[in-house]
Amino acid sequence: MSQGTVNAGPAQADGTVPQPAGRGRRATAIRLGLLAVLLIIAAIFPLVVTNALYTQFAVNTVIYVGAVAAWNLFSGYSGYIALGNAVFFGTGAYTVGLLTKQWKLPGGDIFALLPLGGLVAALVAVPLGLIALRVRRHTFVVITIAFFFIFQLMAFNLSFTGGNQGVSSPFFLWSASDYNNPFYYVGLIIAVGTITLSWLIRNSRFGLQLLAIRDDEDRARGLGVRTMKIKLIAFVISGGITGMIGGLWWFFIGQALPETAFNPLFDLTVALMAFLGGFGTLAGPVLGALILEPLQQWIGITFTNGYTSDIVLGVLFLAVILFLPRGIVPTGGEFVTKWRAIRERRREPAPGGSAPGGSAPPGSPAVSRAGAATPGAGTPSTGAPSTGGVR
Amino acid sequence: MGRQLSEAIVDGILGGSVYALMAVGLTLIFGVLDIINIAQGILVVLGAYLSYVLSVHLHLDLFVGLLVTVPAMFIVGVAIQWAFIRPLRGRERTSMSLLATYAVAIIIEGILYIIFGSNFVSLNASYTTSGPRIFGFYLDYIYIYGFLMALLAVAGIYYTLYRTQFGRTIRATMQDQTAARIVGINVNRVQALTFGIGVAVTAAGGMVFGATGGGFNPNTGYDLISRLLAIVILGGLGSIAGAMIAAIFMITLEGVVDVLWSPSWSVVVFYGALVVVLAFRPQGLLGRKAARAQ
Repeated sequence: MSQGTVNAGPAQADGTVPQPAGRGRRATAIRLGLLAVLLIIAAIFPLVVTNALYTQFAVNTVIYVGAVAAWNLFSGYSGYIALGNAVFFGTGAYTVGLLTKQWKLPGGDIFALLPLGGLVAALVAVPLGLIALRVRRHTFVVITIAFFFIFQLMAFNLSFTGGNQGVSSPFFLWSASDYNNPFYYVGLIIAVGTITLSWLIRNSRFGLQLLAIRDDEDRARGLGVRTMKIKLIAFVISGGITGMIGGLWWFFIGQALPETAFNPLFDLTVALMAFLGGFGTLAGPVLGALILEPLQQWIGITFTNGYTSDIVLGVLFLAVILFLPRGIVPTGGEFVTKWRAIRERRREPAPGGSAPGGSAPPGSPAVSRAGAATPGAGTPSTGAPSTGGVR
Repeated sequence: MGRQLSEAIVDGILGGSVYALMAVGLTLIFGVLDIINIAQGILVVLGAYLSYVLSVHLHLDLFVGLLVTVPAMFIVGVAIQWAFIRPLRGRERTSMSLLATYAVAIIIEGILYIIFGSNFVSLNASYTTSGPRIFGFYLDYIYIYGFLMALLAVAGIYYTLYRTQFGRTIRATMQDQTAARIVGINVNRVQALTFGIGVAVTAAGGMVFGATGGGFNPNTGYDLISRLLAIVILGGLGSIAGAMIAAIFMITLEGVVDVLWSPSWSVVVFYGALVVVLAFRPQGLLGRKAARAQ
């Protein structure tokens, strides 16, 4: 199974489709350079910007970058839209919070608890996944929402969760000027780790199986993909990482309440960020979080009336959905491909056998697999739904 | 205990019929447009607030007020469909529609907060506080009237679907959109009108909801939509009869758990029932197994 057979989606945008050698190497170099610059900026950000308000924005942003990347790792690759990731976020937050209280941990040691929070969230994800992954499409979405409500209510009602008082963190005597920094760096490490993991998965057999499920689950199963196992593994990984991030968030905010740790807005924001950047791509969700989270924070402090900021947020949601329905990265990637094809045609009036622009050559397995209705492996569906794209 | 239990069951059946009405709107929208309208919950609240304004400021009777609020909500529905649902196309239309209707819900919620604040209000009339005594407890007339109205409205929807030309076009669109288009049905128009009808019933449902429960505020929409979603999924998406059965079953179950166990756990049982049923019957009670989409 070559990559072209599976990546009918926006895979091209982040360059997993093999390209002609010379340009491929240069594109990789550019991409790596860009990545290095971004990483350096991210690494030195709190050293340059010392304003506590901005570093607080930055912590929230890395938290969301990680959460979106984790969401995308399951939902983006498998096509199952989960709107209940707050279950894992809250589980992680409560686990870390309650254990901190139980063991009376001081300051920095709490960071060591984060993997434990992730582990508990991953364990929670196993039964939930076994139930929810039996159904598809709308029903899956609604089941994840139902799980979300069950967990929020448990946080309110169970005896050990502190009811509507939630769990508060102890008070730390850290200096106020760089209070945010440890949180920022831990969040950054988790986010970068999640993105790296997504990249590794994307280029692995496991990732190809996930993408095959997204394209056509029945056919994938027919071809021998053990769909339930694959989906469940991705779901559990995604849940575990989200739990770890939830733990970090609790530590940073200092308090988990049932309605903030299990927050319906979290579920939707994560999905919206992924859609804004480009659902199922590697860079898209990260980009979406980098744009949307600071914007959201800014809206929050600009419109101090909470209702107004909600309305602005809603309008923003709608604008993204209506005007950028396929996300920034796929739209941009298509633009680049088109532009390259035009340039190529100008440079070589009579191209040889190889097709320019990195799209699959005619007659490749992709075309025969997808049938006549799909325009080709490299072009994501635009207007008409592609075969197998509808689940 | 026995008295409370019979009260819970009677209330559940009568109150459940109102949820059935709202859920029928939701499932109808799903059947024809293949989207889930997350805004249904807040639209119920909007309908209730419209009734509230009419009864408090214009002193209209609640049921007479429906003559104004139902058409008004119909127009709201058609407008939402035209502006935000119709433009959605392509592969991720389903998920996009969830986000779009959720965004609409957030906006409506914010506007309601600005106009009405966060205080709980409820609809009052002579028949919301008086009624006959049955099985040893007093049943307010509003439950009975609401039940009858819901029955009438659902019957009206059934009649429209199965006995009129317009209903045939709706059912044809539900079965196969492409084929419906080929035989000359204006699918866009059918979709817009269906969305309008699905939202219009929330005006009626919202009025009874606002007059029976413990009051409402803009935040009530979340509670409503999560229940309605559970109901339509349990009944089987797109199945009207399933939605009605599931609504009455779930609301009654919730009331019974309230009495037998504790109010704080009844909602968990509510969603737990959904999860248990779906574990054995993924397509819901009366849903058809989804054919493989091509």
